[in-house]
Amino acid sequence: MDQNLATLLYLIASVCFILALRGLSHPETSRAGNRYGIAGMAIAVVITLFLLPEMDFITIFGGVVVGGAIGTVVALRIQMTALPQLIAAFHSLVGLAAVFVAVAAFYNPAAYGIGLPGEIGAASLVEMAIGTSIGAITFTGSIIAFAKLQAIMSGKPIVFPLQHWINLGLGLFTLLLIVWLSAAESDMAFWLIVIVSLMLGVLIIIPIGGADMPVVISMLNSYSGWAACGIGFTLQNNLLIVAGALVGSSGAILSYIMCKGMNRSFVSVILGGFGGETAGPAAAGEEGEKSYNQGSAEDAAFLMRNAEKVIIVPGYGFAVAQAQHALREMADLLKAEGVEIKYAVHPVAGRMPGHMNVLLAEANVPYDEVFEMDEINREIAEADVAFVIGANDVTNPSARSDQSSPIYGMPIIDVDKARQVFVVKRSMASGYAGVDNPLFYLDHNMMLLSDAKAMCEKIIKALE
Amino acid sequence: MAKHDLAERAQGLAKEAAELSESLGELAREAAGLAVQTGEPSGGTSPLVMGITVLVLAVFVGYHVVWRVTSAQHSPLMSVANAISSVIIVGALIAAGTGGSGFSEIMGFLAVTLASINIFGGFIVTHRMLAMFKRKQN
Repeated sequence: MDQNLATLLYLIASVCFILALRGLSHPETSRAGNRYGIAGMAIAVVITLFLLPEMDFITIFGGVVVGGAIGTVVALRIQMTALPQLIAAFHSLVGLAAVFVAVAAFYNPAAYGIGLPGEIGAASLVEMAIGTSIGAITFTGSIIAFAKLQAIMSGKPIVFPLQHWINLGLGLFTLLLIVWLSAAESDMAFWLIVIVSLMLGVLIIIPIGGADMPVVISMLNSYSGWAACGIGFTLQNNLLIVAGALVGSSGAILSYIMCKGMNRSFVSVILGGFGGETAGPAAAGEEGEKSYNQGSAEDAAFLMRNAEKVIIVPGYGFAVAQAQHALREMADLLKAEGVEIKYAVHPVAGRMPGHMNVLLAEANVPYDEVFEMDEINREIAEADVAFVIGANDVTNPSARSDQSSPIYGMPIIDVDKARQVFVVKRSMASGYAGVDNPLFYLDHNMMLLSDAKAMCEKIIKALE
Repeated sequence: MAKHDLAERAQGLAKEAAELSESLGELAREAAGLAVQTGEPSGGTSPLVMGITVLVLAVFVGYHVVWRVTSAQHSPLMSVANAISSVIIVGALIAAGTGGSGFSEIMGFLAVTLASINIFGGFIVTHRMLAMFKRKQN
């Protein structure tokens, strides 16, 4: 195939990717967006196959069939509650693939038209090194994020002295290695870049606590784009550069939105150490044991049945308990009694951006019953009942009033303004931010201490 | 005896000639490789600068396209972005397909496999999510 024709077709694929992201940013156009993405990818793959001087069918189709089968099975089987882990795992694969491609280009540069072994241009080597490094960081960073989300590893931040200096040192060391590589095309420099970057990926993510996971996932999403971008420079392929830059900037925007949802700066999230440490002292304050009202499923059923308007605030605990179907059933029963139901979703509820919306959608909750934080806060004072299920920090009133609180300034859903609050929670322990929640001790709040799904089922029984 | 010696020598020479012609072919290939490498920058803009141009423009496009995303769409957007970043398969196919050096081919095969997991997985899981969103609008 003519190189110019191929480049033009690659351009079409790039446009498809732009349309894909554009489509995905609005609910009405999102399915068309996904189709554009698939079309762009198909064009990219087919054109590349036509461009190959000779084709090793077994290697290529072997890889596509094996990978495609694994991807399909995993994507069809995955529980929607495990979506954050899945996305983290996917990010790690992109990172590792970028490293493999860079290694292949380093040892067989002629295939990529960037020279011969030992004679790769300095610019190509620098591009290759940057792609490798970002890819390796994405790979191990995503694995750590996966381990934290899958609870293989504690969500608590891992901090040690001089941590950030070590990271900075390793970063500078990588830059030196890149200079060495571009000057000497040394194998050793190349592999050292890989190893140091793999270490950096681990070290960057371990200090970041569980509460900041939505930012971490968005950030790694962004990194995986930049890794593709770096490889695009090596291959002098505009499609890769465009696609990588699109993903990179969309991930960066999501990170920014998540940071804003927590009122935290991006730098402070990256520096990490948030949450986990203060759990002890905050819970056992000087006032000793504070008293709270404990309610039962029957109380909740009675009060909600007689309410006019109930606002449901789901959080991570709701996802873990897989309570979406039971909750929806409960809401249906209440609706049948003439109660108005609204769902309120905080921007950082759950462990990845938009996670609650997906779970509610899975349980067939109508789209127009789900509201964003700002919309619901305007009318929450009119609500008879706020039903908080598995959410904690995003409802903590001390974010509004207590300047000494670590989460001060974070926008919250003002559930305490509703006439009656129920909080479904497994225990009185503090949330991921490690902060005690004064909401629990309010007179008009009742704690429903139970697993989210079990509680919904009990309330359903009481309603019937 | 001499005849046998001669035949042997002739055979050796033929072998050498074959080797020479082979290395000649290799030289030609090398020359072509070098031409590709050095030919482009002379005169026109260097590929690096062109790449940076494309990169900066694409970042702006990405920013404007994604900026106003509604929060309900965050998860599907991210999973489709993840699938798109697997376009790195383009680089993997080149390594896997050329069949040149064995090591690079293995790297290529592994990269093709990983990228394929991501492409299929990413688009399918996005489709599943969007299908759920669709149902409720009815």
